[in-house]
Amino acid sequence: MPGVDGPKTTTFALDKAGLDRLIAALRRRGYRVIGPSVADDAVVYGDVASAADLPAGLGDEQAGGRYRLRRRDDGALFGYTVAPQGWKRHLYPPRQKLFAARRSAAGFEMLPPEPPAAPMAFLGVRACEVAAIAIQARVFGDKAYPDPGYGQRLAAAFVVAVECAQAGGTCFCASMGSGPAVSGGFDVKLVELAGSGRHLFLASAGSPAGTDLLAELDAPEAAPGDVAEAERQVAVVAGAMGRTMAAETARTLGEHAEHPRWDEVAKRCLTCGNCTMVCPTCFCTTVEDSTDLKGEHAERWRKWDSCFTVDFSYIHGGSVRTEGRSRYRQWITHKLSSWHAQFGSSGCVGCGRCITWCPVGIDITEEVAAIQASRK
Amino acid sequence: MTAPIPDPMLPRPFRIEKVRRDLSDTFTMELVPAEGGEFTFAAGQFNMLYVFGVGEVPISISGDPGDRSVLVHTTRAVGAVTKALDALKAGEVVGVRGPYGTPWPVEAAFGHDLVFVAGGVGLAPLRPAIYQAMANRERFGRVVVFYGARTPEDILFKRELERWRGRFDMSVHVTVDRATGKWSGNVGVVTNLVAKGGFDPSATMAFVCGPEVMMRYSAAALEKRGVARPSIYMSMERNMKCGCGLCGHCQWGPHFVCKDGPVFRYDRIADLLSIREL
Ligand SMILES: Cc1cc2nc3c(=O)[nH]c(=O)nc-3n(C[C@H](O)[C@H](O)[C@H](O)COP(=O)(O)OP(=O)(O)OC[C@H]3O[C@@H](n4cnc5c(N)ncnc54)[C@H](O)[C@@H]3O)c2cc1C
Ligand code: SF4
Ligand code: SF4
Ligand code: FES
Repeated sequence: MPGVDGPKTTTFALDKAGLDRLIAALRRRGYRVIGPSVADDAVVYGDVASAADLPAGLGDEQAGGRYRLRRRDDGALFGYTVAPQGWKRHLYPPRQKLFAARRSAAGFEMLPPEPPAAPMAFLGVRACEVAAIAIQARVFGDKAYPDPGYGQRLAAAFVVAVECAQAGGTCFCASMGSGPAVSGGFDVKLVELAGSGRHLFLASAGSPAGTDLLAELDAPEAAPGDVAEAERQVAVVAGAMGRTMAAETARTLGEHAEHPRWDEVAKRCLTCGNCTMVCPTCFCTTVEDSTDLKGEHAERWRKWDSCFTVDFSYIHGGSVRTEGRSRYRQWITHKLSSWHAQFGSSGCVGCGRCITWCPVGIDITEEVAAIQASRK
Repeated sequence: MTAPIPDPMLPRPFRIEKVRRDLSDTFTMELVPAEGGEFTFAAGQFNMLYVFGVGEVPISISGDPGDRSVLVHTTRAVGAVTKALDALKAGEVVGVRGPYGTPWPVEAAFGHDLVFVAGGVGLAPLRPAIYQAMANRERFGRVVVFYGARTPEDILFKRELERWRGRFDMSVHVTVDRATGKWSGNVGVVTNLVAKGGFDPSATMAFVCGPEVMMRYSAAALEKRGVARPSIYMSMERNMKCGCGLCGHCQWGPHFVCKDGPVFRYDRIADLLSIREL
């Protein structure tokens, strides 16, 4: 981070060809570059080979229970807000093999683990997503038994953050203090300036690896006017969010375990678990054991799980949370309230995904507001 | 780079040395590390036991924490994994991850009367604490065990209970929900035994383990006798997939039962216990 007295970080101006050079430089360094592209009418974060793979001229419309891509005429490459699935998909994949074992004369023996996959470079990480990655790093790292896989993948990753140029329809990062400005947790930060006859990416480094990479791109320093425009742009985004989270009520939701609002929301909630699957901080998993047909080879896989299933809380004799009311309460109370006690922050970064992808449009900010309103 | 972090999700193979059938559905296994070595734990902690290809379950350690040469588990076969565990014989191998969780605070109870209240297979997670207490017998006032089982046929560690009862420095009271055969002992819930006392409530530490309702009623009975909430501990049970704070399954309010528990101080959880479906 540039300090007041420290050397000033240079901001470079990349054009589209410069962005291509950035991607190529990452690939040369051995990174698997993962960035946005379009598949099945949605933005997905997957492998990209060059800037040509990015979703040029596409934006998204997001609202409670609604997501649509739409054309935009400025050709922006990062003109959408957030993809349905965040970077969690790559840092903590939906299915991970925990181990394989083989039957042996003495019982069974563990097979050696597979070598770690190639390091990843993430291109297009939003401020809320940088915050979500930091939260999951605490969830998986800050304990007696950290998850080595998450730690290794994150330590090896290169993060190219891209600041938002508009607020999405369900965003509220400004009220969670997690965006829209990107202020740390990146190797390189980009700000896209599109329209008005120019198309630029202002690039600055946030780590030695980032400085190194940018130095290699042969890009000119950004014009002071463009740097000022980038600052103005993100300030506009911060003021353009349609939702806010009532922070104090959110933090103390755990004190409202018997609130009648849980019955109200349970009438609408389908307990489908979509919210947990799209949330960039939800971390719950289950395990699955299997053997081959002969019973000689066994594997154990870890899979994303959701607190919205009845099985999630099963203990001999029956599940703890049988009612939809209890399961919705568990999800939102954990995310907004118990998370503070467990990990020292809220578990919500205000990305809006759970609102967009809820089939009935349940809105986490509205649920908290309803409880706040009843408190007086 | 620092040294690689050990993967907490990898089980260690342990060989089954001995299996003893305790009850029709309950058995005790003695395990030793397949690659040699010892196993250290504190009374009240549990392990995740893995049956090859079938699955993994949290099971408390039921042996003597003073004996590191052998790892002892007592399990009731109720479902897929515990039944598969029951089918294993001496010489076969199980996977072990652990020990996990918070212990019974036996040393903090020095100088007090120590009361154990157990229900059903809940006697197994308490047994290491009983062993530890008896190994330091002179450090305690009275040592009392209250134990409730469904029927006389369901009394776990029967011979050991009889042996303990025969000692002059320990009192053991057993009750059954339903008398069968020649049973001439107490009939009724374990809280009835607690209500009769036999310990100094103002200087007592109580460790409670059994079904959740039984623990709630037992804590209430102890409190009614005059034992303060911070002197009562109980061991909670929740679904567990990892045992070490990674999978989220065991959450109970702000707690991860696997790492903040399973042993909790009663005053810290009394409110949570009263919330339905938390
Ligand atoms: C900290 C702790 C200590 C325990 N100590 C003992 C012990 O010493 N002896 C003993 O007999 N039992 C003990 N249990 C209970 C034991 O873990 C369950 O009986 C066992 O998990 C049942 O698994 P299953 O596959 O045989 O049953 P199934 O009913 O087939 O289980 C289905 C799923 O539910 C989970 N599950 C079912 N019941 C429980 C339960 N009661 N607690 C947690 N998860 C459950 C299983 O892990 C499995 O994923 C303990 C539980 C916990 C949480
Ligand atoms: S709870 Fe909703 S808004 Fe908050 S981080 Fe998760 S998906 Fe985004
Ligand atoms: S809140 Fe919406 S997305 Fe989440 S489980 Fe309920 S219906 Fe599904
Ligand atoms: S058992 Fe996985 S977090 Fe507690």
